[in-house]
Amino acid sequence: MIRRAAAAAALLACGVAAASELRPARDFLSPELRAQQDDPSRHPGWLWVEEGEALWQRGERSCQSCHGGIATMAGVATRYPAVAPDGALLNLEGRIERCRTQQQGAAAFGYESDALLSLTAAVAQRSRGLPMSVATDGAAAPFVEEGRRFYEARQGQLNLACGQCHDDNAGRRLRGDVISNGLGTGYPAYRLDWNTLGSLHRRLRACSLGVRATQLPLGAPEYLSLELFLAARAAGLPVEAPGLRR
Amino acid sequence: MRAALVLLLAAASPAAGQVTPFTVAGDAIEAPLAGRAGDAARGEAVVKNRESANCLICHSIPDAREAFMGEIGPPLAGVGARLTPGQIRLRLVDPTLVNPGAIMPPYHRIHDLVRVDPRFAGRPVLSAQEIEDVVAWLATLRE
Repeated sequence: MIRRAAAAAALLACGVAAASELRPARDFLSPELRAQQDDPSRHPGWLWVEEGEALWQRGERSCQSCHGGIATMAGVATRYPAVAPDGALLNLEGRIERCRTQQQGAAAFGYESDALLSLTAAVAQRSRGLPMSVATDGAAAPFVEEGRRFYEARQGQLNLACGQCHDDNAGRRLRGDVISNGLGTGYPAYRLDWNTLGSLHRRLRACSLGVRATQLPLGAPEYLSLELFLAARAAGLPVEAPGLRR
Repeated sequence: MRAALVLLLAAASPAAGQVTPFTVAGDAIEAPLAGRAGDAARGEAVVKNRESANCLICHSIPDAREAFMGEIGPPLAGVGARLTPGQIRLRLVDPTLVNPGAIMPPYHRIHDLVRVDPRFAGRPVLSAQEIEDVVAWLATLRE
């Protein structure tokens, strides 16, 4: 056990854990749920995608008026979170909100609003199946490190680090659920548990609560850095958004 | 040395009254916490409670009525034959005293925990009495 932990630590010291050890989120779904995730006609997340595609074209200063059709967003989600020229780490939600407030002169939608979830899902869906490839060097490097430290820290009253479940025990059952590798590639995702589409940060808040750690606000810097680390960890694995989860 | 450190930290904590000092000998805490007598029936209820300790999220017990038991920790069938009550007590109180990398949470420790939700801060998952109750029940699982 100790030797295994040491080996894992040595691996991590060499860089972000290789994607070859990690399995796509879909591999951990039941066959029924996996089939449903692949079938837009049976996947309620597509309601948000359709709404997002409508929003993309709506208004005088629409997304489309600058970017063109939403098809131009292919591949974009594989590169987020990313560091903006002003040094801020932005995930897809943050990037969209910035466009709203700075380019479109509109009020921010607000995290977890249906409008922001819809646009995020519509943009992310255009990268479905494409391999994750966030930048981890240059300005992104310190954020990746911060995210890694958060991921590796035992926390909460239950004293658990993310990797103790998502690396060391992936594939095993926690009650009735199979533990996945903890990738964020399916978010925003429709969770049957939520009965709605939700962001990765909403899911991370549930993780925090699960180990009885302080739940951080949606969009918190810690969750943003963690999101980047998770994306770096998932390098080469396919975007699955909008995902379908239990 | 390690035990002395634990005692010191526990005593220095503002909520020290919530955790009971103990002495580690080898890989066991021989003396019942706070001198409490454990009640096996109450312990069984603690183990099966899905809100507090939630042992069955990770462990299975020999009870066909329980559905969806976890497979992260070892099955608890036979634990009473494999470990002494003192060894069980130590592993419940703080398994990192035996194995620093243990995934199992500490059920009677409040020091050196990071970013604890304010609703749970300063109190252990299980009280001294609950620990003794669980020890008493697990000791009965001899096969």
